[in-house]
Amino acid sequence: MKLIVAIIRPERLSAVLESLFKAEVRGLSISRVQGHGGETEAVETYRGTTVKMSLHDKIRLEIGVSAPFVDPTVQAILRSARTGEVGDGKVFVVPIEKVYRIRTGEEDIAAVTPVVAGS
Amino acid sequence: MPPAIDPAATAWLLVSTALVLLMTPALAFFYGGLVRSRSVLNTMMMSIASLGVVGLTWALAGYSVAFAPGSALAGGPAFLGLSGVGLEAHGVIPHLLFFAYQATFAIITAALISGAVVERLRFSAYLLFLPLWTLVVYAPVAHWVWGGGWLASLGALDFAGGTVVHINAAVAALVAATLLKPRQDYGRQALLPHNVPFVLLGAGLLWFGWFGFNGGSALAADGLASLAFVNTLLAPAATLTTWMLLDLARTGRPTAVGAGTGIVVGLVAVTPAAGFVSPLSAICLGALAAAPSYFAIQWRSRTRLDDSLDVVAAHGLGGVVGALLTGVFAEKAWGGAAGLLDGNPKQLLVQAVAVLATVAWSGGASYGLFKLVDKLVGLRVEPRAEGLGLDRPLHAEEAYATDAGAILVLEEPVAAQAMGEPTTHPAAP
Repeated sequence: MKLIVAIIRPERLSAVLESLFKAEVRGLSISRVQGHGGETEAVETYRGTTVKMSLHDKIRLEIGVSAPFVDPTVQAILRSARTGEVGDGKVFVVPIEKVYRIRTGEEDIAAVTPVVAGS
Repeated sequence: MPPAIDPAATAWLLVSTALVLLMTPALAFFYGGLVRSRSVLNTMMMSIASLGVVGLTWALAGYSVAFAPGSALAGGPAFLGLSGVGLEAHGVIPHLLFFAYQATFAIITAALISGAVVERLRFSAYLLFLPLWTLVVYAPVAHWVWGGGWLASLGALDFAGGTVVHINAAVAALVAATLLKPRQDYGRQALLPHNVPFVLLGAGLLWFGWFGFNGGSALAADGLASLAFVNTLLAPAATLTTWMLLDLARTGRPTAVGAGTGIVVGLVAVTPAAGFVSPLSAICLGALAAAPSYFAIQWRSRTRLDDSLDVVAAHGLGGVVGALLTGVFAEKAWGGAAGLLDGNPKQLLVQAVAVLATVAWSGGASYGLFKLVDKLVGLRVEPRAEGLGLDRPLHAEEAYATDAGAILVLEEPVAAQAMGEPTTHPAAP
């Protein structure tokens, strides 16, 4: 089991979600974050004040997956999040010690295997 | 004896002019609330820009094309650069005030079009389009209906601008949305309003301003102005109520965006009728106007026509329904002209002619102007800018900026260094 953490551009989010859906990856969380990935700073002006925005809006995806899904998930993100410009983001693959599903108390692989509501 | 200036009428028109001017910032809020947060400034700026660009265009040339003595098709050059527009009486108000009142109409009409092109139109293209459209499309149509042109001679009834303002703008919007193609995310992901309270704020302020739009169009402070005022109260009330009932019947839940839209549709529909129909007829007209726009909006969002903020469904269809129903409900006893129900079926035909003429002229000329602007500067923003939202790439601003990570760029580096401060703070590694 791995936790895949990806930092991507907000404007690529819908493409990434679409690509993950096609790779049959279900169950993920996203959060809006700000970060700096070496890209050019955007300059903004408010009246007499000029600022360089050194932090850019990014989206962080967190996906807990079982071993066979690690590579398809990473590949799906790499494929869909890439624009080729500096600032496309990162994918981190992190080991997980333990997973519990809150609803049932299931553990580990059973806890990261998606179930569809109503089935 | 030359007509005298009436102080009461002058006072009311001064107020009305300010009221109609407020409608354009109100439209900025209405449209701004409906788009995504990263393009809200661009969307609002398209309305705000019209205050400047069209205001100037109108003073320099537009007013003359619309209202100077001329042919049946357009006005002459007599009032170019406001020459000959002074404090003399025009009707019962000063000529200069009449010019200003009309300027506010030209400003909002051009701004209405922007609802069809949000989140993808180059701002420079928009700035170029504004004066061209005002001169070539808006001013001649205003002349046809209000400046003594051919539709006025034909007897078309358009109290405050159903054809001139709303149908005219909506047809240009349809042309613009078609030429510009849908937004890249259109039909692929949900494009949701980012601030529904803004939509309601805008709709409320539009209603408020519309009392000047319709009530002021009597160009007097009298019974007719009161009739138009009351109809502007009642018709949108009926449309709003009907709209909520339609929502209730369709989904079981009346929506806030729907309520805001219903108010605007009712206001649009009563615009041509305001001074011609009885208050009870205005209620009927308002109620009847809801369904066509309501279902057109449902249908449109499933097509490839990205008329993003439904200018065509709200202003086009609402305008057409209002213009035709004016020909049905007009009563001699109220506004001095008879419609279908008052024994004058021919009026309905005249109304239809006015609608068709406006659609044809605005459609053809707007198409030509958009093509011209496309040739000169290009209509569409870069795909990357579109992905980011237009506020940062086009305006170097954010609507909801946080100061996290904002590095102050000091204007006077030498002085700053003398004080022992670095010119910029280094970014976090």
